[in-house]
Amino acid sequence: MDLLTPELGLFFWTLIAFLAVFFILRKYAWGPILKSLNERETGIAEAIASADKVKAEMALMQNESEKLMQQAREERATIIREARQEHDNIINKAKEETKAVADRMLTEARQQIEQQKMAALTEVKNEIGKLSLEVAEKVLRKELATPESQDAYAKQLVAEIKLN
Amino acid sequence: MVLKRLFYLLAVVFVLTGATNFAFAQHEGNEHHEAAEHGHSETKEEKGFNASKVIFSHIADSHYWHLFDWNGHPVSLSLPVIIYHPENGLEMFSASEFHHGEHPYKGKNGNEYRLESGMKEKIVSADGAAIKDFSLTKNVVSMLISVILLLVIMTNVAKKYKKNGVMSAPTGFQNALEPVITFIRDEVAKPNLGNKYMRFMPLLLTIFFFIWINNLLGLLPGGANFTGNIAVTACLALVTFVVMMAVSNKHYWGHLLNPPGVPMGIKFLLVPIEIMSMFIKPIALCIRLFANMMAGHIVILSVISMIFIFGAISSVAGWGFAPVSLAFSMFMFLLELLVAAIQAFIFANLAAVFIGQAIEEPHGDHAH
Repeated sequence: MDLLTPELGLFFWTLIAFLAVFFILRKYAWGPILKSLNERETGIAEAIASADKVKAEMALMQNESEKLMQQAREERATIIREARQEHDNIINKAKEETKAVADRMLTEARQQIEQQKMAALTEVKNEIGKLSLEVAEKVLRKELATPESQDAYAKQLVAEIKLN
Repeated sequence: MVLKRLFYLLAVVFVLTGATNFAFAQHEGNEHHEAAEHGHSETKEEKGFNASKVIFSHIADSHYWHLFDWNGHPVSLSLPVIIYHPENGLEMFSASEFHHGEHPYKGKNGNEYRLESGMKEKIVSADGAAIKDFSLTKNVVSMLISVILLLVIMTNVAKKYKKNGVMSAPTGFQNALEPVITFIRDEVAKPNLGNKYMRFMPLLLTIFFFIWINNLLGLLPGGANFTGNIAVTACLALVTFVVMMAVSNKHYWGHLLNPPGVPMGIKFLLVPIEIMSMFIKPIALCIRLFANMMAGHIVILSVISMIFIFGAISSVAGWGFAPVSLAFSMFMFLLELLVAAIQAFIFANLAAVFIGQAIEEPHGDHAH
C-alpha cells in the first residue's frame, strides 16, 4: 500500500509546476499557436469561399458572354439576312428600273424609227411623185411628139368618154 | 526528415534502454550478492536476485538519481532534501549527507533525521515529529526537466508562428506539434465541450503535453517513473476537478441534486449516487493514469529481471533467456511508447468529457 499513498512533497511540486507551465504556456505558447491556427483556418476558408465566389462569377460571366455571343450571332444572322434581302431588293429594283429605261428607250427608238420611217416614206413618196410626174411628162412628151400620136390619144380619150 | 530523425532517436533509445536496464539489474544483483557476502546488509536478504526489490526501487521515488553502478558502487546524483519540521522550521541539505541511508543527518537543535528505505524511501525525524518532506526528489527533478523542455519547445514553436506569419506552411518542429494540437482541438475539445471549447484548449493542451512528455521521459533509461506516481496523477486529477467545479453551471447542479422526471423515491437513491460519481470521476482519472504507467514500468522491469532470476539459477539459463527477454522487453517498450501517448490522450479526453458535462447547457429535451 506504500505505493498508493501520495507523497505530499511531490504533490506540492507537481501542482506548482503544472500551474506554472499552464499559465506560462497559455500566455506564450497556446494563445499564439491557437490564434495562428484559427487565423490560418479562417484564412483558408475565406480563400476557398472567395475562390468559389470568383468561380461563380466566372461562370456567370461566361454565361453572359455566351449570351452575348449568341446575341451577336443572331444579330449577324439578321444583318446578313437583311443585307441579302436588301441586295436582292436593290438588284431587283435595278433590274426593274433598267428594264423600264430600256423599254422606254425602245419605245422612243421605235417611235423615232416610225417617225423617221414616215418622214422617209413621205419624202420617198414626194420624190416618187415628182419623179413619176417627170417620167409622165417625158413619156407624154415622147408619146405626144407626133401629130398622129396626139390624134390617137385624143381619139382614145374620146373612146373612153364614150364608154362612160 | 523529422520523422526519420525521430525514428533513429527512438531506435537508439530502445537499444540503450535494453542495455542499461540490463546493466542496472545486473549490478543490483551483484550488489546484493556482495552485500550478503560481506555481511554489510542488516536485513536478512536471500542470496540471489531479489526481483521485487529491484523493480520497486526503480519505480519508487528517491532522494538520489541513480545513474549506474561502477565496480559495485552506485553512481548517483544526490538531490536536495527540503524538510519542514513543525518546530524547527525548514531544513535544507543534500541527500549525500545520509550516505545512502547509512548515517543520520544532524539538523537544527541537534535533531537527527534518518533515511529509511522500505518499499519507498522515507525520511523520519528522530524526535518522532510529523515532518513534511518537500525534497526535490528524482521525480521532481525529472518533472522540472520536462517543464523546461515543454516551455522551450512550445514557446519556440509559438515564436515560429509569429515569425513566419499565419498563412505560411509550418516548418520543423511545428510540423510535429501542429497535428497533435489540431487533434486535441478537433477530437478532444470540440466534440466534448461544444462551442466553448476555445476556453479550455490551453488546459487540455497543457494536460496532454505535460503527461505525454513525462511519460516519454519516464521511458528513457534511468528515467523517473513520474506519471506512474499517485501523487502526480492525484494532483492532475485535482486540477481537473477544481476546473470542473469552477465552471459547472446551474444545469449541471440541477440535474445532479434534483434530477428532473424521476420519482421521489428514486431520487433518494439517485442523488447520493450522482454525488458519489462526481468525486469518482477525478479519482478514476487519477487511478487509471497511475496504474497504467506503473504497470508498464513493472512489466518491462519484470521481463528484464527474468534474465537474472534465471541467471541466479544457472548462468547458462540466464544467458539463454536473455535474447527472449530482451525481445519481449523491446516489444513492451514499443507498446509503452504508444501507451505514453494514449494515456495522455485519455486523460485529456476524460478531462474534456467531465468538464463538458459540467458546462452542458439545457437542450430543452431531458435526455437523462
